[in-house]
Amino acid sequence: MLEIRDLHATITTADGQTREILRGIDLSVPDGEIHAVMGPNGAGKSTLAHVLSGRDGYEVTAGSAMLDEQDLLAMAPEERAAAGVFLAFQYPVELPGVGNAHFLRTALNAQRRARGEAELDAVQFLKLARAEIKRLAMRDDMLKRQVNVGFSGGEKKRNEVLQMGLLRPRVAVLDETDSGLDIDALRIVAEGVNALRAPRFSALVITHYQRLLDYIVPDRVHVLAAGRIVRSGGPELARLLEAEGYAAIEQAA
Amino acid sequence: MDTPLDSNEALRAVTEGGYKFGFETDIEMDIAPVGLSADIVRLISARKNEPAWLLEWRLAAFATWQQMEQPKWANLAIPPIDLQALHYYAAPKKTAGPKSLDEVDPELLRTYEKLGIPLRERAILAGVEGAGERQVAVDAVFDSVSVATTFRETLAAAGVIFCPISEAVRSHPDLVRRYMGSVVPVSDNYFAALNSAVFSDGSFVFVPRGVKCPMELSTYFRINARNTGQFERTLIIAEDGASVSYLEGCTAPQRDENQLHAAVVELVALDDASIKYSTVQNWYPGDAEGRGGIYNFVTKRGACRGARSHISWTQVETGSAITWKYPSCLLIGEGSVGEFYSVAVTANHQQADTGTKMVHLAPNTRSTIVSKGISAGHSANTYRGQVHMGRKAAGARNHTQCDSLLIGDLCGAHTIPYIEVRNPSAKLEHEATTSKLSEDQLFYCRQRGLSAEDAVGMLVNGFCKDVLKELPMEFAVEAQKLLAVSLEGSVG
Repeated sequence: MLEIRDLHATITTADGQTREILRGIDLSVPDGEIHAVMGPNGAGKSTLAHVLSGRDGYEVTAGSAMLDEQDLLAMAPEERAAAGVFLAFQYPVELPGVGNAHFLRTALNAQRRARGEAELDAVQFLKLARAEIKRLAMRDDMLKRQVNVGFSGGEKKRNEVLQMGLLRPRVAVLDETDSGLDIDALRIVAEGVNALRAPRFSALVITHYQRLLDYIVPDRVHVLAAGRIVRSGGPELARLLEAEGYAAIEQAA
Repeated sequence: MDTPLDSNEALRAVTEGGYKFGFETDIEMDIAPVGLSADIVRLISARKNEPAWLLEWRLAAFATWQQMEQPKWANLAIPPIDLQALHYYAAPKKTAGPKSLDEVDPELLRTYEKLGIPLRERAILAGVEGAGERQVAVDAVFDSVSVATTFRETLAAAGVIFCPISEAVRSHPDLVRRYMGSVVPVSDNYFAALNSAVFSDGSFVFVPRGVKCPMELSTYFRINARNTGQFERTLIIAEDGASVSYLEGCTAPQRDENQLHAAVVELVALDDASIKYSTVQNWYPGDAEGRGGIYNFVTKRGACRGARSHISWTQVETGSAITWKYPSCLLIGEGSVGEFYSVAVTANHQQADTGTKMVHLAPNTRSTIVSKGISAGHSANTYRGQVHMGRKAAGARNHTQCDSLLIGDLCGAHTIPYIEVRNPSAKLEHEATTSKLSEDQLFYCRQRGLSAEDAVGMLVNGFCKDVLKELPMEFAVEAQKLLAVSLEGSVG
């Protein structure tokens, strides 16, 4: 279970000002559940994703984030990854000259090593990767290409889902994975996430729009505004937001 | 609360990693007195039992050198070098003419073992899945002398001569006299003249007409003795239709003071001949504050004398405090081809001014330059390249690709191309890029589970891919590890 308690985080802006972005987040995602976090621009959605995954540039000033018994905030990004935290990036990064298969195998084996599991050799890995690619209806050449180099927006997001499928995280954080996706790509991404549904998998789907939630039906929906969860509910809350907008919710809160 | 490991900190840890070849071997040495003079030149020649013509050649070079001054045009801050404080000859005592490996000082063999050099005659695993076994003939040079050359009989059966140049002087004097100094004249530059006067040893390779050398040839250079200059001289000749691939590796112990290395390498390719020369240079680069390290002033040049001949230089330069090196090609034969693939890494306080010269002197000659410079720490990395299209170079072509990668914000990268075109039908292309290893890339890799070190290694190897793929297989593996582990020598 991912358990976030009273999480506060600040950033320091270019002009030296400190701004508090997360202002006391409380959120629990039990195993096997998918939760959506929605909210207007500037609410702190991406900051939450970054703080959970350990990105530089944020200072956590109070609170905790635990995965099972592990204190995520005390761990380096790669340790969090090995513990099972996966971040699907809003803007996946290009790695020129680095082959996708090589990257994925190195990452997978680094995680397995950290967990004391046996590493996969090239043959075992390729078998696994091909199966995953087939499941996601992607093209085989995906593995041969350089990581995200020359990928369309949709291909980049699919590559994120492929990585997620191969790395099999305990908890996936999807940071506005739907942004810039056409409807077909959206469906493939959603199917990729749905297929991972399992008792030991949970996901935090961060999105601005309800659209993605037509395909990934969340167990819970949380509304984030001004750095706090202001409302939580079932899937119907997302549709309410779509109909009435964030302003109504924020006022009600 | 801070994030557990700041990426800059991780980068520093990676880029300032230790040098793993820094050990010194305790061995009895025969060392010439300190200093440089005509007498020292005579002493070196006498120790090596050289014929009179070679002593005269050395003395003439010494006289030429005395008239010259150390060049200052490079983008390098070179502290004054006291050439009179160096030893110009140092040889392991017991190796005076070893007949076989059994006569070589066991301490020396252990040194090479530590370096991972397959000195014993045996096939070595390429270290890559499915690549199978390959044989590599090795010539090992320890301080001033060559201590062992392997696989000589196999090579001799194919007609290939591979031996220390000091031996070739005696066994094949005509070849040595005809070719030595014919590509890099004694008066070419200050360091080449110095080398010509005092060169110690090096490798000699001769591949006769029509022969494809049956295995990779390899030389490992090791500087061990204190305050010793190392001046190797390598000469490789490929006759009509012959081909050879030659690898060179270099290490040195860790010392506070600087040591001088000034080599000369000459390649000669006749009609349809092909020479591939690969270097993984990992001399001690100095410590994190810039103390110690090797000064590497090398003149490497290949002459494509024959029609359709082909010379290819590939270098991975990760070591040395200062690198001054421009492996070049003289494209003299019609339709000849020159190539230069280079990765130069500088970290801490290292300085590198390296590049190539492609001199097109005949019609339809072609050259390719791919240079990847990586700078980290406080280092300075300069690419300096000249492409010359002579009057007769009708239809000649050059393509130059020059990429720089910056790690951190205290280092510098410079690209200085010189282009001279005297024939209107010649074509040149020059592309250059500069990029920075970004925090985003690093975080992306770490979020997937890679350590900062592995992430830097992977990104740097990706950046260098176009060059690494030119290396022979076992060297490519070694070079990749070198880049990944030591972005010290960094990535080196």
